[in-house]
Amino acid sequence: MSALLEVEGLNVHLPVDGSLRRVLHDVSFTLEAGKALGLVGESGSGKSMTVRTIARLLPQGAKVDGHIRFDGTDVFDLRSEALRRYRSGDVSMIFQDPRSHTNPVRRIGDFLTEAMRINGKVPAREASRRAIDLLAEVGIHDGERRMRQYPHELSGGLLQRVMIAASVAVRPRLILADEPTTALDVTTQAEVMGILGRLQREYGMAMLFITHDLELAAASCDETIVLYAGGIVERQQSKRLHDDPLHPYTAALVQARPDIDHTTGRLPAIPGNPTSAYEAPDGCAFAPRCRFAQDRCRQAFPPLLTIDGIGASRCLRTDELRGTLLAGATTEEVTQ
Amino acid sequence: MSAPLLQVEGLTKSFGRGQFESLVVDGVGFELHAGGSLGIVGESGSGKTTTARMLIGLERPTAGRITLDGEDHTHPARSVKALRARGRQIQIVFQDPYTSLDRRQRIGDCLAEVLRVHFRLGRAEVGARVRELGQLVGLDERQLRALPKALSGGQRQRVAIARALAADPKIVILDEAVSALDVSIQAQILNLLADIRERKGVSYLFISHDLAVIRQITDHTIVMRHGKVVEAGPTAQVLDNPTHPYTRLLRDSVPRADWTPGAHAATEPQEQAR
Repeated sequence: MSALLEVEGLNVHLPVDGSLRRVLHDVSFTLEAGKALGLVGESGSGKSMTVRTIARLLPQGAKVDGHIRFDGTDVFDLRSEALRRYRSGDVSMIFQDPRSHTNPVRRIGDFLTEAMRINGKVPAREASRRAIDLLAEVGIHDGERRMRQYPHELSGGLLQRVMIAASVAVRPRLILADEPTTALDVTTQAEVMGILGRLQREYGMAMLFITHDLELAAASCDETIVLYAGGIVERQQSKRLHDDPLHPYTAALVQARPDIDHTTGRLPAIPGNPTSAYEAPDGCAFAPRCRFAQDRCRQAFPPLLTIDGIGASRCLRTDELRGTLLAGATTEEVTQ
Repeated sequence: MSAPLLQVEGLTKSFGRGQFESLVVDGVGFELHAGGSLGIVGESGSGKTTTARMLIGLERPTAGRITLDGEDHTHPARSVKALRARGRQIQIVFQDPYTSLDRRQRIGDCLAEVLRVHFRLGRAEVGARVRELGQLVGLDERQLRALPKALSGGQRQRVAIARALAADPKIVILDEAVSALDVSIQAQILNLLADIRERKGVSYLFISHDLAVIRQITDHTIVMRHGKVVEAGPTAQVLDNPTHPYTRLLRDSVPRADWTPGAHAATEPQEQAR
């Protein structure tokens, strides 16, 4: 079976103050129909840019090399009507802040039925019946009342459910979810993730899930990609990521995060600051902060090495370091 | 055990009147001992930030009592002198390091200003104290001369911590102070806070929604919901053996390997439309 989404050798530069700055560096991955893939990284790592490039939402003047194929068609070849169909029917996006992506002076009902009425040419009455069903699907059972309300009358969690309902209304084949739960409380996050995961499986939609939270990605995606400075450093099955990371950066992230089950004397923090793609040095972007770095790491941009049956890692020392990345740096554990 | 440094009893705050009255903090009580670290856990609207604002005198409590080091702090200070004296006892670090610094003031000047407000120091002494504070939080001379825009989020949060420590307070309130930071930077700041507490004996009141961070940085924890304390105790005990259903719900909502999100939550949200 061929993949639903294929991203190949994607390089993106954005114009900043008259010069082009690199934001994505050789990003390649595939996503099969019905699967959930996590994109994890710190700020400036290129997670949102990857998703925006896939949705063809880049600003004017952006320079893009590489290919993105959706169901075999190159997304960059799409023009006018075909691009519109791609954005309105094939992929849909869920954003971090539902409040800034809804029109404050339109009712929830207008927001939910707009796409159906315009793209699907569904009559108004039928559209609003479907919208109420959709709201029930996302756990909102007093849909009729909610349809007449305005966004400010709903809490963040409820409004994010409405966003999810709107984005699955057209039964897209791919959902691009950009930190959909970051602005929500933990209990609300759990509810929203439960709903999103269930709909994704029931409707057989593929999902690209962006988050800065490694544990959240691991808990809700089949596979996870870790990004650093605009490039992929690791791709692996989510459930293995935490216990057997392939790249030193992933291992460092896993260790730097405090654990809810015990206290560590000192957290093994990663020295320095995250870099963006255009500031990254030649060679491995993580090398300046990596405790395993050698001279050869600084010489050339390392290739993404595939490890059969496991995943991929952009580290020259992957083979020799595997299984040892989590050892050593952990300081003595102190039990309270 | 000695008398607590900070004692809060029956603290209550309501906003609005009549039918619009809403009880935001409802009879909250806790104690913080010298050198201790107390966590306040809760979701948005639980009243944790309002509690912090009452402690530093930004809000006037409707009822209840705040005692700090034997003095009554329930009502805001009446004179500038008293206000400054309180400033030397309790300071706060806010969540967003992008809006809590003056963007036209150099970092060193920002710290010097606090020193001059609170202490009678000569120019050379102020300079020396600023460098000392910079060293304590890991800011070099160049960063002390910079404007906030030249600094990253993590560096700005170091500035905010240095600014809070400049007044040499007994208590620092950290209101979601590491929530906006990337994981790798968050670990650096958590280590820094642990070092400072060890070296200076300062106490922390650490407000957060992140249970893993609470586990790392606090000894005792209170869990707040709808303005009330629903559970209190040593942090390890509260997190490992929660007795209140809400604490258990919070714990179960944290993503982990065999997570079934939303399984414990009601399908219909309890909240009403605002």
